[in-house]
Amino acid sequence: MSLTLLHKLTLSELQRKFTAGDVTATEIVRAYFLRVTQVEPKVNAYLTQCKEAALVQAERLDQALKGWRKTTPMMAMPLAVKDNICTEGVRTTCASRMLDTFVPPYDATVVAKLRAQNYLLLGKTNLDEFAMGSSTENSAFGASRNPWNIQTVPGGSSGGSAVAVAADECVAALGSDTGGSIRQPAAFCGVVGLKPTYGRVSRYGLVAFASSLDQIGPITKDVTDAAILLGAIAGHDPRDSTSANVPVPDYLKALKRKDLKRLKVGVPAEYFADGLDPEVDQAVRTAIEGLRELGADIREIKLPTTDAAVATYYVIATAEASSNLARYDGVKFGLRAAESKDLLDMYLKTRAEGFGPEVKRRIMLGTYVLSAGYYDAYYGKAQAVRTLIRQEFEAAFQTVDLIVTPVTPTTAFKFGEKAQDPLQMYLSDIYTISANLAGLPAIALPCGFSKAGLPIGFQLIGRPFEEETLLRGAHAYEQATNWRAKRPAIR
Amino acid sequence: MEITKQEVEKVAKLARLALTEAETTAFSQQLNQIVAYVQKLKSFSTEGVEPTSTVPGQSNVFRPDQVQASLSTEQALSNAPDAEAQCFRVPKIIQES
Repeated sequence: MSLTLLHKLTLSELQRKFTAGDVTATEIVRAYFLRVTQVEPKVNAYLTQCKEAALVQAERLDQALKGWRKTTPMMAMPLAVKDNICTEGVRTTCASRMLDTFVPPYDATVVAKLRAQNYLLLGKTNLDEFAMGSSTENSAFGASRNPWNIQTVPGGSSGGSAVAVAADECVAALGSDTGGSIRQPAAFCGVVGLKPTYGRVSRYGLVAFASSLDQIGPITKDVTDAAILLGAIAGHDPRDSTSANVPVPDYLKALKRKDLKRLKVGVPAEYFADGLDPEVDQAVRTAIEGLRELGADIREIKLPTTDAAVATYYVIATAEASSNLARYDGVKFGLRAAESKDLLDMYLKTRAEGFGPEVKRRIMLGTYVLSAGYYDAYYGKAQAVRTLIRQEFEAAFQTVDLIVTPVTPTTAFKFGEKAQDPLQMYLSDIYTISANLAGLPAIALPCGFSKAGLPIGFQLIGRPFEEETLLRGAHAYEQATNWRAKRPAIR
Repeated sequence: MEITKQEVEKVAKLARLALTEAETTAFSQQLNQIVAYVQKLKSFSTEGVEPTSTVPGQSNVFRPDQVQASLSTEQALSNAPDAEAQCFRVPKIIQES
């Protein structure tokens, strides 16, 4: 096979080629960096590229493999990692001036797991600063661009990872999802994004934004790849006390059934209300019909507290962020402002210089809702409404196995369209936030295109630790439709 | 319930953020807008509803109190803006009397 086409393969296809000895690790790295060199100036997916280190690692692997081909699933697989996930010896910036020169002395657990399987790290991907945003416009190092139309945003916050996958600059990527940051950019870029159950994947080494909501997950070219990558990163970790001690199943087995017979799928009316773009509405409804044709039992369900989700989220997420980001004080790592007259002055100046406007806004909001006199009215209230949202999902999952919704109210929007209006930007997360508040697994996958040629995705939400059901539903739909055949024309 | 500029300044001080005049003005307008939106939480009855702080509902997770490998001092200081004698150096905290 021509090396110039390697980058088009999915993870499962590339695994087969490598295991069969059709390609070497070195060839993989060279092929991918050829592609990266071509398209990166147009899309800006990477903040740091690791070409030299990847080549050294690949050559070492090829040497070690001479004459025998006993491999691990992720061996020589060229991945991109969101730049808020710590990689030992590789700069991890969170797209913030605060961490511009931060080089972690340790790996995040997900990275350590991949490293143990001899994966290849191609680079660290762009994001909204500290994962706060829905467009990558909040990156301190410039926004990424959507490969389907470089005038539109790729979504966020894991925009760089979604772009790298969609533009074939890596075979798969890791993102993080606090309120939709894996699923929304996946939908905008026409790829698959999976947010696992809270606790399914260790958060150790993920730079904390909102600890009760954050979760690392895969962004991939298809559902099979999501199953493979989830299997590689999932599992209990003593270093993350919120990671769950639940056995990791073989997620590929969940893909064996091609129909959805006896699967009950709920459609919540609240997710198809005002504000949903008619083209997105139509594409998602057609996808629901597709699920029905595959044998799913489609039922109307009610999730009336959906209307409170965005408000609940922006109280809880900012409160947790204001606390988590207190660590950036200029003392132990990261930026320190020059010329401070005393310690307090150093804190004030360091944080003023290091954080961008959206991060400051969220720290301000979070500090406000936690401050004396407002704590009960906002933070306490939001925590109670969070319970209502959780209970509603629990009740719904008494009668259905999966819930199907849109991922985003619109297709990818233009740069600057929402940048001046924080609330409008927050409202674009309306369909993804509830899964984080309730700790549920959810997957976004392609279900069509707008007339303007931009990808549209839909979302499946499942019961806690039932990623297998999610993957089964998503895979059956994907096999029956094959939206992936259409790729962005960028080259 | 209006968030005044004075209140924004107070919150900024709590958050250890030095804001410019322009930021203070912008944030007071934006925070008002966001907080006004958040008022909708009041329309949901939560009488007797337990708050959710974390979904798994765990409290403490214990492990045996054993010495384990950890970062070396050099590694821990490797990103320090200013380090000396195996310590983080900061501006003087205690005033001489």
